[in-house]
Amino acid sequence: MLLVPCPNCGPRNSADLRYGGESHARPDPATAAPLQWRGYLYLRDNPAGWLRETWYCRSGCRRWFTLERNTATNEFRDPPQPGDKRGAKA
Amino acid sequence: MRGIAGGMRRRPPKYSAATLAWRGLKGDYWPRVWRDTDLKRSYDAVVIGGGVHGLATAYYLARNHGMTNVAVLDKAYLGSGASGRNTAIVRANYLTPEGVAFYDRSLQLYNSMALDLNINVMFSERGHLTLAHSDAALRTMHWRAEVNKLQGVNSSVIGPDEIKEVASSLDTSDHPRYPILGALYHPPGGIVRHDAVVWGYARAADHMGVEMHQKTEVLDILCTGGDGADGKGAGGRVTGVRTNRGDISTPIVINCTAGWAGLISAMAGVRLPITTHPLQAAVTEPVKVFLPTVVVSGSLHVYISQTDRGELVFGAAVDAVATYSIRGSLEFTEELAGHVLELMPSVSRMRLLRQWSGLCDMTPDYSPVMGFTPVDGFLVDVGWGTYGFKAAPVSGEQIAEAAATGRTPELIAPFALSRFDTGELVGEKGAAAVGH
Repeated sequence: MLLVPCPNCGPRNSADLRYGGESHARPDPATAAPLQWRGYLYLRDNPAGWLRETWYCRSGCRRWFTLERNTATNEFRDPPQPGDKRGAKA
Repeated sequence: MRGIAGGMRRRPPKYSAATLAWRGLKGDYWPRVWRDTDLKRSYDAVVIGGGVHGLATAYYLARNHGMTNVAVLDKAYLGSGASGRNTAIVRANYLTPEGVAFYDRSLQLYNSMALDLNINVMFSERGHLTLAHSDAALRTMHWRAEVNKLQGVNSSVIGPDEIKEVASSLDTSDHPRYPILGALYHPPGGIVRHDAVVWGYARAADHMGVEMHQKTEVLDILCTGGDGADGKGAGGRVTGVRTNRGDISTPIVINCTAGWAGLISAMAGVRLPITTHPLQAAVTEPVKVFLPTVVVSGSLHVYISQTDRGELVFGAAVDAVATYSIRGSLEFTEELAGHVLELMPSVSRMRLLRQWSGLCDMTPDYSPVMGFTPVDGFLVDVGWGTYGFKAAPVSGEQIAEAAATGRTPELIAPFALSRFDTGELVGEKGAAAVGH
């Protein structure tokens, strides 16, 4: 079982959340070339180590947020706290 | 011995009933099946990953193209990854014409493998049932059956009564939460002993002169002329690999590392559309043989087969969270047991013997990524997700052809990395997401 530190609901079983995958900045639609969209849509770093990723707390606060997790050991680093705007997605 | 171009070193001991009896009576040891040699400084091609894909690639490089100065490198032991962790199911009943043609060729190679490699791979052609629990699933089954028939692959949709005849232990009544409405029946499907396939390819490749180097970890891929750091990346070419046992120079590097594919490709400056997810599987204690076919339920995320020893082997969908950790979870066993009992209530008293997991390199369209990359001499045979074992022979054959001739064979052209640039994805989710 993976305990995910939701910033609003505290530690939750990962089955209570939806995994959103790697978090990357979206290209600017006004200027982005097709190859940039290709990279954003499909290409992944997929590191064996620390990764910034998005989660959706679907059976709790129902908010998206980003967390840092080590994909080799599954430990979370420095999770955002409630009211902390750092991890929140607008 | 078939026409082997050059490099033929020695005849391996023939595996037959006669040699078994003779050696048993004499009481002497069997010779080592493959050599343990020193790492040379230079090879014509280096295959990274000593699983069934890497070994098949090396075997076909030697057998079909006469390239015997080849090294297969593995950071652990041969077949230590997904090759020994999969649920050993083979089939060709895919959804897209490209997929069906490709996997059908693989099934043909599996059919002749025991003779080709002189090893008993225990191919049991027992038929394959993909259950449908909803109208939508039934529609996909009809779709797959028609695509299969058009390609000459034996598949048909059957109803609950016929399912009961094929596999009587399935609950085909309307009592379950997800009643069985029909199934895609694919008689050529079956199971193969996966370890024997690994050993067979390794043994055959070894006697043609290919070197297998275990406990040899690739630390970096050496490139020149690319647009990234250290000459890596698009426009460059491969010059060698750096391992924990020293540097090797080679013009061709083939990445067959499944779950670790993204890490190896990053060493050449190539980003892949791949994320690594674990897939968990489990096996029960052995009982009398009662399940004659492979049973798959996409809706219930489970596939079941009974081994010749009598154990039930269960597999599931990949875990949702991307990770390189292969720890098992209790949720998996609970969910699995619930789903299996929904299909076969009669096995409720059986006990699980063990569970394990392996890493899957998942692509967005559930099709592999095969062939050339923007780095000259760096080929990939990756993105094998949950369907790598059944495709190993054909992948080895086709990637070997690409590496030896420098041209992409027609059969794997749809699976090129460049399909993500052009948007020509090969959507196999309907037949591969949980379909084993």
